Amino acid sequence: MKKIEAIIKPFKLDEVKKALNDIHIEGMTVTEVKGFGRQKGHTELYRGAEYAVDFLPKIKIEVVTTEETAAKVVDAIQNTAKTGKIGDGKIFVSAIEETVRIRTGERGKEAL
Amino acid sequence: MFRKILVAIIFLSYLVMPIAVMAEEAQAPAGQPAAAAAPAPAAAPAPPPKIDSGDTAWVLTSTALVLLMTAPGLALFYGGMVRKKNVLGTIMQSFIILCVISVQWVLWGYSLAFGPDKGGIIGGLEWLGLNGVGLDPNPDYAATIPHQVFMAFQMMFAVITPALITGAFAERMKFSTFLVFTVLWATFVYDPIAHWVWGLSGGKGWLNNLGALDFAGGTVVHISSGVSALAAAIVLGRRKGYMTDIMAPHNLPMTVLGAALLWFGWFGFNAGSALTAGALATSAFVVTNTATAAAALAWMFAEWIQRGKPTVLGAASGAVAGLVAITPASGFVGPMASIVIGVGAGVICYMAASLLKPLLGYDDSLDAFGVHGIGGTWGAIATGLFATTAINPAGANGLFFGNPGQVGKQFIAVLASWVWAFVITFILLKVLDWTMGLRVSQDEEVEGLDLTQHGESGYSS
Repeated sequence: MKKIEAIIKPFKLDEVKKALNDIHIEGMTVTEVKGFGRQKGHTELYRGAEYAVDFLPKIKIEVVTTEETAAKVVDAIQNTAKTGKIGDGKIFVSAIEETVRIRTGERGKEAL
Repeated sequence: MFRKILVAIIFLSYLVMPIAVMAEEAQAPAGQPAAAAAPAPAAAPAPPPKIDSGDTAWVLTSTALVLLMTAPGLALFYGGMVRKKNVLGTIMQSFIILCVISVQWVLWGYSLAFGPDKGGIIGGLEWLGLNGVGLDPNPDYAATIPHQVFMAFQMMFAVITPALITGAFAERMKFSTFLVFTVLWATFVYDPIAHWVWGLSGGKGWLNNLGALDFAGGTVVHISSGVSALAAAIVLGRRKGYMTDIMAPHNLPMTVLGAALLWFGWFGFNAGSALTAGALATSAFVVTNTATAAAALAWMFAEWIQRGKPTVLGAASGAVAGLVAITPASGFVGPMASIVIGVGAGVICYMAASLLKPLLGYDDSLDAFGVHGIGGTWGAIATGLFATTAINPAGANGLFFGNPGQVGKQFIAVLASWVWAFVITFILLKVLDWTMGLRVSQDEEVEGLDLTQHGESGYSS
């Protein structure tokens, strides 16, 4: 099993969700996060006081899936979240040891 | 570059046009019929004063309008500018001042400010607990409305003035000390200055006697609060993390709503100060609105030219600066002069808040001094420049209407208010610092006033 974590631009969430639904991904966890990479922040000005805002709002999507579909998930996210400009985000893939469905106690792929 | 020049030209046209029109007006002084209907407060002691229902209705309404300035207006204006963790503490300061001064005023404040004159310095204690302040008119102050209406109207002025100061010590003052300070400040700073400028019972206050003009409280309300705010910012010291942490306003829509409510309520403040419902109130209403609009535009353009963006906070701040500056002049100047006063207020207060403050390094958190102290001073001086008896025969002519001496009188009023407000506030705060402590602890400041002072949060999360 693999976990795919993607940091994307907030306004891309709906498109990404739809693309994942289209390849039959039936669950995901979404978090509002802040961070920065190469995309610089911006400055705000209040009565002459200037503040540099480094951390920009982003969305983090987490999907856990089988080894076989992981590549399709990564492609789907990369294709839909892309605008071509700095700040589109990143995708991280990692191995997952175990999954448990709390309601039934199913484990592994059955629990996905 | 081209855009900047364009903006500058539009901006300058605002400044030049009214001066040109005013020059024409000066040549044809017959243009203001308002003079005939304006009241002469000191006149006609012989016939028994008769209550006028229109005047009473207007001043009662104005009283409620001025209340609106403090409780939602200023509370929201300031509340939106602080950080999330201090929103309740800031709103509470305005709200509770409304309660504290409402009681103080009835008990002894009104007597000290407006009671029988003692040497032009202070009112006597004869009117303690509103003793003798009844429902018949007091012709010294307003011959056509019940005395208690005048008292209540003035109460709302006494309420908003200390509330303005809270902008200077926002986000760090201990609530218990703040309550004591409010009572002391009202008693030892506001009440005497109000008497100097407006006291008329059994003798004039000394600034009134001198002939200084202050229609609706430029010296009494704005200079006194603004200069006290500077003293407070200096005595309390900077907020923890000032100039290093991000202290951006947490809710600017709240601030704009507050500014708009201040504007709305200010019609009661200025037009209500005519104490009659007629020509003078109308004139004050019109110049109030005009100066406010001009000042909001001026601040916006000044910031746009200097920093590249027309900010919302700038427009809202400019509006308040314009309201402050037109206050002393509102019953004495015409519409064209009000544009000049407004533009001046917008530019001068913008420079005070965004250039002077960082230069001198004091932390007047929400610019109570920059807007009310500086704007009030400009307004008081400008009254000496633009006042004309064509608008109000009970007033005086200013420099541009052939009476340069008026500027000197205005200057003395400004200086006296500055010195008294600064020195007494400084002493009061120092004494409170030694006895009760002015500031919350560093930990409490980091955690925020809402939780540490009131045990509540403004927003559930």
